[in-house]
Amino acid sequence: MASVTPLKTSAELALIAQGASVPALRQPAFERFAAAGLPHRRIEAYHYTDLRALLKDAPPLAKAGAAVSSVSVLDELDAFVVTVVDGQPTWAKGDAVAGVSISLKGDAADDGLAADSVFPKDGDPIVALNAAFVDQTLHLSVADGAQIDKPVHLRFVTTGAVSAYARVVVEIADGAKLTLIETHESATGALANSVVEAVVGDDAHFDHMRINLVDPQATLLTTFGGRMGARSTVTSGNFVTGSALSRHQVFLRFEGEGSNATISGASLLKDRQHVDTTLVVDHAVPECVSREHFAHVLDGEATGVFQGKIIVRPHAQQTDGKMMSRAVLLADGATMNNKPELEIFADDVQCGHGATVGALDDDLLFYLRARGLPKAEAEALMLQAFVGEALEMIPHEGVREMLEAMTETWLKARG
Amino acid sequence: MLEIRNLHVAIEDGSKKILNGLDLTIHNGEVAAIMGPNGSGKSTLSYVIAGKPDYEILDGEILLDGENLLDMEPDARAAAGVFLAFQYPLEIPGVATMTFLKAAMNAQSRARGEGELKTPDFMRRVKVGAEKLGIPQEMLRRGLNVGFSGGEKKRMEILQMALLEPSIAILDETDSGLDIDALKIVSEGVNALRSADRSFLVITHYQRLLNYIVPDTVHVMSKGRIVKTGGKELALELEANGYADYVSDVAA
Repeated sequence: MASVTPLKTSAELALIAQGASVPALRQPAFERFAAAGLPHRRIEAYHYTDLRALLKDAPPLAKAGAAVSSVSVLDELDAFVVTVVDGQPTWAKGDAVAGVSISLKGDAADDGLAADSVFPKDGDPIVALNAAFVDQTLHLSVADGAQIDKPVHLRFVTTGAVSAYARVVVEIADGAKLTLIETHESATGALANSVVEAVVGDDAHFDHMRINLVDPQATLLTTFGGRMGARSTVTSGNFVTGSALSRHQVFLRFEGEGSNATISGASLLKDRQHVDTTLVVDHAVPECVSREHFAHVLDGEATGVFQGKIIVRPHAQQTDGKMMSRAVLLADGATMNNKPELEIFADDVQCGHGATVGALDDDLLFYLRARGLPKAEAEALMLQAFVGEALEMIPHEGVREMLEAMTETWLKARG
Repeated sequence: MLEIRNLHVAIEDGSKKILNGLDLTIHNGEVAAIMGPNGSGKSTLSYVIAGKPDYEILDGEILLDGENLLDMEPDARAAAGVFLAFQYPLEIPGVATMTFLKAAMNAQSRARGEGELKTPDFMRRVKVGAEKLGIPQEMLRRGLNVGFSGGEKKRMEILQMALLEPSIAILDETDSGLDIDALKIVSEGVNALRSADRSFLVITHYQRLLNYIVPDTVHVMSKGRIVKTGGKELALELEANGYADYVSDVAA
């Protein structure tokens, strides 16, 4: 009997046609993608975000040379800006930050930085697509022990209805410290796919924040991978108000003992937005602590997805992991899918997870209204506090305050 | 003046009637106490006056200075001068008490067409009010009512009442869960707010509270109506004889 060949969707056909331009060294990554096609709901990791159904089309690959406005939402923060326009990184060569070296490499052939990449061994389709189509990889290296106070701002801009792929590798040497803030802006119809991979040395500290402000008719696929040395600290936050369709993936692995990771996220969604956060925290060594807190506010017909998995390997004793996902549904048409998972193979650990989905508490709402707050204002106050629980975990005060203000703006626009 | 006329109320799905033709008038400056057994509808009355949405009003009206409160949203009632001190004040994690107080005071000022408070004025009023009630500044920085003891929550309700300056304040079993010292502090706080243009409706099970907040009138409630009205001596009589007489009267 002949094998069944699934029909390709128009997005898959477009991506395969674009594959003709992929150079030879990236062909293996492209072939991995092409063999499987876009992931669909029968692939477990994509059960709630069926890209084959949700991704209607793949716009043409971006051409270099588009200009963008120099004004960004982070201007007040005094950060060092690397602008990634349609996948092409540029920065002011003259005034780079002392202790940080920045370069471009054109030979990124594989899905991960190294053979022991933190990305899934069987290949993640979003990472594979990125590896196939990315042009040059941006490398940021922080020297041994360098404490970089000035944040580095990676400003991703996709300028039209095009596909743009970007990859960033961050190496933070032993005892060094860096704050990296990603902002994502895209035009209507854009498809942007970026991968940021960090290797955090022993006693190093990495604060990472990602802010999704893309057009409500754009698609954003982002992946953050982190490998952590001993006694290191990583925080990674994700804030979403933009995109029609987005998926943010976090793959984090503890590779040295005594480390601490805090992963958080807040998504404020309305209309028919579909936003997925997928997280895998791998406790591969003993005595590490991880905290995860995600908040979703869902209005209209929006869909939120949270998949969080904490793996505790057999020797990873004294692991302390706590994961929480909380969602508030503001409309009957809104949907939240929560899939928390613990895979524990060690016997002396403290791990827990919780997931809640509900409406705003009517009794609390009445209490506030009985004190004179109009309904919309009372709801906004409750939601601000709800989102605040996740934002509190962001260490950079300026970023946190900016996101609190963005939350307030979003809530006011709701009316 | 608060006038409640022929008030009939059921819980929202209409399955159970709670208030059965209740009539009650409270004049300006009057402190009225309502006493009654469990399940007589005392808390329901307080919620219906404040505008809790879980009830169906079958008949009647509630007039505050001639305006029908039943036509108004809960926040509009608050701005019109209604204040309910909750039996169980709610906790709001993540909303600092100061933030909440300012939001409430400004919302009411706006609704009345007055300007918002200046921050120094606001801070001073809160500081003075908090000191009178023995509320430490540290509590004001915490999430509203989060981690507060029962007594602290009740004091916070009275602070809100002092700041919002209502024309009718309803105290729903404010004495429940209070030890004698807290009861004295709360009562002093209430007494300090008594004035010719502010009335109070004090709901309680026990006469004890009324030793500290001495009422002008006492009303006995049973099965959703006022069945007896008298002066403050009526509370003492109830304390001695219980509610049995009034409950059976209505049942007969």
